[in-house]
Amino acid sequence: MPMTMTEKILARHAGLDTVAPGDLIEVKVDRTLANDITAPIAIKVFRETGVKGVFDRDRVTLVADHFVPNKDIASAQQVKLMRDFAREHNITHYYEGGESGIEHVILPEKGLVLPGEVIIGADSHTCTYGALGAFSTGVGSTDLGVTMATGEIWLKVPPTIRVIIKGTRRPYVGGKDLILYLIGMIGVEGALYSALEFTGDTISGLTMSHRLTMANMAIEAGGKNGIFEPDEATFSFLKAKMPVTPAVLKSDPDARYERVIEIDATAVAPQVAFPHSPANVRDLSQVGTVEIDQAFIGSCTNGSLEDLRDAAAILKGRRAAKGLRLIVIPGSPLIYKQAIQEGIVETLLDAGAVIGPPCCGPCLGGHMGILAEGERAVATTNRNFIGRMGHPRSEVYLSNPAVAAASAVLGKIGGPDDL
Amino acid sequence: MKIEGKVWKFGDDIDTDLIIPARFLNVSDGAELAKSCFADLRPDFAKSVSSGDIIVAGRNFGCGSSREHAPLAIKEAGIALIIAESFARIFYRNAFNIGLPLIESQDAAKELSDGDEACVELSTGIIERVRDVKRFEGNAIPLFMAELIGAGGLVEYTRKKKMRQ
Repeated sequence: MPMTMTEKILARHAGLDTVAPGDLIEVKVDRTLANDITAPIAIKVFRETGVKGVFDRDRVTLVADHFVPNKDIASAQQVKLMRDFAREHNITHYYEGGESGIEHVILPEKGLVLPGEVIIGADSHTCTYGALGAFSTGVGSTDLGVTMATGEIWLKVPPTIRVIIKGTRRPYVGGKDLILYLIGMIGVEGALYSALEFTGDTISGLTMSHRLTMANMAIEAGGKNGIFEPDEATFSFLKAKMPVTPAVLKSDPDARYERVIEIDATAVAPQVAFPHSPANVRDLSQVGTVEIDQAFIGSCTNGSLEDLRDAAAILKGRRAAKGLRLIVIPGSPLIYKQAIQEGIVETLLDAGAVIGPPCCGPCLGGHMGILAEGERAVATTNRNFIGRMGHPRSEVYLSNPAVAAASAVLGKIGGPDDL
Repeated sequence: MKIEGKVWKFGDDIDTDLIIPARFLNVSDGAELAKSCFADLRPDFAKSVSSGDIIVAGRNFGCGSSREHAPLAIKEAGIALIIAESFARIFYRNAFNIGLPLIESQDAAKELSDGDEACVELSTGIIERVRDVKRFEGNAIPLFMAELIGAGGLVEYTRKKKMRQ
């Protein structure tokens, strides 16, 4: 029976010849992931299972990224709980301090995700790794705790929505704009329970950074996973990290899709998601005058070196508007170092940016840039629900890095062409 | 199993940042989290919920983060059941995993109001508004999810399954 890529990966990991959407299957997992917020409950659940050791100490991944460097006493206790567990169980991939960055940035960077794998993470943006052709999805701490013990998880096979994007992108339009455009089209539950499979010549022309951005936001449309077929760009990205070239699982030409969505990339302008939903999307030209107090560039969605380069290209020789707080957080220590080496950090500092340590920071209202009542921010993050970045009466507008950078200079939302 | 309690009505797309804002995620104790449930959206909720009460909401309840703190806060606050037009998928799994049942019912979601007394039979998905005995049909809870609830959550279910093997 012809299958989509997602179905093939799941079938293989369930030891089945074939699966179909709706099937409930038990799947062997290649990697589990949790962070300082989700690990404490997962660890408690792990202990409740009564299983002595984790299923594989090389495959259980624990990353301190949400409320670090330790935000307050309670957060410090949570990180300590995770650290103690990592030591107790000899976890190979435990990351904190100077070794840690945003989980969804450092896992691909360290080669811990390979095409065709199944990755389960206690974080909704675990869907990010689909950019590398893995099946990757977010779950809660109880699921994660049980999977750390058993190495398996029950899953319902999702139907696949095929998204075909063709045509040459306009200037400053990247993965962030394409995914916001899609979410604007289908809504925050438009891909509910479904796999979002991206293809088309526009997609083939995207660098890994843009694909990671798109897969990252599959969850914002309610998707179970986002997925891209591995190609030369994928293997190039992974080159030093793969011991062998993995067998590439592709969708069969006659695979059955729940729905096919076609997008003409030439029609997509830079997108801005207005409060309070990632689906409340408008073309940049339709934004009007929106004055802002803060511009945040970073997060698992847009914290890559390429994203910082895009921002720096706009900010070079310019300064953030008076009174506007520009905050930039590189996604990982490696990205931070490379940004320094390329002169990006100097450009950002000269523009008046605050540069934060690699972590989630203000994205989820943690620390390093929280908004007061009545304040507005443009952010390269993935969510702008009420209270997401601080006070319930603050507002967050989502955009790509170039727009966020231009907005920082303008003191209001705008693009590079407005400078 | 029968659940009877007061309805707390919410709209569409109630996300996990509303259910439990991030600033409260530096703890994982259910009782502690319950105090901050819906802190920004309905500040009266946490202290006024009675054990056995029911949340009724529109589409896409629980969207956003995978934080299990969200269904946990709701459950520990005293809510025994959530009825909604539809649920976000991670929230759906999490709720059943921790023993909080969910029922999908478009009719009940539309017609029940804040403060109504409602009575629900989980095994059939029949929802009844007490004051006028009006009944609504909900989707029967899928067999696997019913097994999770019956076992007392995912951990218990997994333990019992491993013991049978």
